[in-house]
Amino acid sequence: MSARDTDWEGVRLHVVTGKGGTGKTTVAAALALALASGGKRVLLIEVEGRQGIAQVFDCPPLPYQERKVAVAPGTATQPGGEVFALAADPEQALLEYLAMFYNLRHAGTALTKLGVVDFATTIAPGLRDVLLTGKAAEATRRRKGSKHVYDAVVMDAPPTGRIGRFLNVTAEVSGLARVGPTRSHADTVQKVISSPETAVHFVTVLEEMPVQETLDGIAELAGLGDGGLQAGGIMINMVHPLVLSPDQLRTAASGSVDEDELAMELKAAGLDDSRRLAAALAAELTEHARTVTGQRTQRRRLAGPGQPRYDLPMITDGIDLAGLYRIAAALRDQGAA
Amino acid sequence: MAPAVSPQLDVDRLIDDRRTRIIVCCGSGGVGKTTAAAALGLRAAERGRNVVVLTVDPARRLAQSMGLSSLDNTPRLVPTAGEASPRHGTAGSPPDAAQEGGSLHAMMLDMKRTFDEIVEAHADPDRAAQILANPFYQSLSSGFSGTQEYMAMEKLGQLRRSDEWDLIVVDTPPSRSALDFLDAPQRLGRFLDGRLLRLLTAPAKLGGRAYLRVLNAGFGVVTSVLTKILGAQVLRDAQTFVTALDTMFGGFRERADYTYQLLRAPGTAFLVIAAPEPDALREASYFVERLAVEGMPLAGLILNRVHRSPAARLSAARSLAAAESLQPADPPNGDQHGSEPPARAVRAGTEPHSLAIAALRLHAERMQLAAAERRLAESFTAAHPLIPVAEVPAQAEDVHDLAGLRVIGESFPPGS
Repeated sequence: MSARDTDWEGVRLHVVTGKGGTGKTTVAAALALALASGGKRVLLIEVEGRQGIAQVFDCPPLPYQERKVAVAPGTATQPGGEVFALAADPEQALLEYLAMFYNLRHAGTALTKLGVVDFATTIAPGLRDVLLTGKAAEATRRRKGSKHVYDAVVMDAPPTGRIGRFLNVTAEVSGLARVGPTRSHADTVQKVISSPETAVHFVTVLEEMPVQETLDGIAELAGLGDGGLQAGGIMINMVHPLVLSPDQLRTAASGSVDEDELAMELKAAGLDDSRRLAAALAAELTEHARTVTGQRTQRRRLAGPGQPRYDLPMITDGIDLAGLYRIAAALRDQGAA
Repeated sequence: MAPAVSPQLDVDRLIDDRRTRIIVCCGSGGVGKTTAAAALGLRAAERGRNVVVLTVDPARRLAQSMGLSSLDNTPRLVPTAGEASPRHGTAGSPPDAAQEGGSLHAMMLDMKRTFDEIVEAHADPDRAAQILANPFYQSLSSGFSGTQEYMAMEKLGQLRRSDEWDLIVVDTPPSRSALDFLDAPQRLGRFLDGRLLRLLTAPAKLGGRAYLRVLNAGFGVVTSVLTKILGAQVLRDAQTFVTALDTMFGGFRERADYTYQLLRAPGTAFLVIAAPEPDALREASYFVERLAVEGMPLAGLILNRVHRSPAARLSAARSLAAAESLQPADPPNGDQHGSEPPARAVRAGTEPHSLAIAALRLHAERMQLAAAERRLAESFTAAHPLIPVAEVPAQAEDVHDLAGLRVIGESFPPGS
């Protein structure tokens, strides 16, 4: 059971986006866990300053420093892996960048005090993004000797509405210096993001707006960077298992549940007031069936772009670590990692 | 200790009160904020008010259903009368005593255009053209992270000043964090008015003398670092822009302050929208606390997409037990000592089973979900016992017509 084929062989930078409320951060964390199993080292990066990863892993706020947040489960034959996390911050990234290119580490504090860093990232929003994507690209390419330090990097990226701009690094800084280190830095970052080593995954739920944003986002990727970015998988989050047969679903959705029959069965199960209960449960069934029917429509739309799709279970009792491992297992079982 | 009980938020009283002139809907993304704002607007209009809903990013079909295929930064009249969806039967039909003179307009914010209009309104044509063509202005008006919030507030100010509507419902931008909406306008104002930008623009204005002073103060290093990072052209564009803008109106900060004051004025009411999920309620808590600190008038919390059951007396446990009792016994050749519970096959939908079993299992699931949601709502109430709350039940289907909006409007609970 050592060599498994996954859908994303060769991908080392996994960018995870999704509409607000779809569980993007949770899925990014689960993907990192899934990728880490089998003794791998994975870095999970967040870029929005929300400390969402710390919440998901239930640990203290992350510093601008790579730290181990979780271990992936091992098996009898396979060692467990490690997940590291980093809360990337544009200010720190800029200072790091200045230190790297200009040996300006000492000026850093003064620049911070004067608000120069804030100013620079405000005046050129593209700079902010390139610093953040740059951090992910750097971690992806980082080597120790001949080996990569991280087997994979997962980025909890901005929501779908902003992902195109965020990843379109070169175009974003086109207004900036045409030559010089910012430009060459941007070009390097864009090369990593546009390469087959990078894939952009979309997290969605089966509702109209998140699905629409997913489809728009996938279409947008083709026009970004140098010849398009690689679309990854569609992670369908919070999926309920099917409870009704197709016939039952049709009957319930049309609102024609046989309440008499239902009442008889409820009575057989020893429940009181079976007629009123049957009417109430029939109403619940109809509502459920209509939701499921709507979800099926959305699922068909998601099949359009032909990207691999993964069903992730609904965790009803709040996402804790156990829930996270369950989602990670679902990702692995379906070949996403 | 008994769980705290929130006061009931009376939405109808809020929208019927003629003194309410502005309702600001805020909350994190994905909680149904736009839909709630539209439902509020429609209900207020059908209860006789002249309403405009200012939305930022509506679902396409929602916009279409409001008759708004062209959302172009101008309020458009939404045809509300005599349009009922047969699917919803009587619920969701327009009220019989139609309108009592109310009307509904809706508009979608075009932030760049709003910004352009401010420039065009305040500068002579030549200077306006110069500003509009400035690359720095172009990135600021379409890309700066606070511009959308700022322009939403600017538009709100314009609508309020025009006095054409007696109620303005604002759907705030889908910010990363709901708090951006309060901070961004000031942040942009502060930035454009800021010390660094002033210093950078000083040479252009004072013919170089100030520039020397700047150099002496050690800003030479700063300028050179900025030039290295950003390139000289970007700085020059920024300088030209600010110099051109400066003569136009008395500082961005004042404008930002004006809208900020408007939000605090009597007649403004904030509604925080949340879904009964941990992240959304955490954001809602921050927002409630922040509004209190800023002295902003909070009307209450709309807890959207709440799951309820018409058979709430049947508990999850009893429902599951009943389903269990209807379950046919395992086939005799099955491994009776296996660890898999017999329910698994049913849950996976691989075995035919009676509708009653399915109904009971679904009911149990719904009751568990409702209980989890109630716990979340209770922890919010425990922290904010005085904030009125209105719960809105989850809809089975996506809302994309007026009838659907009406159903939501009708489900706002009546006041106590």
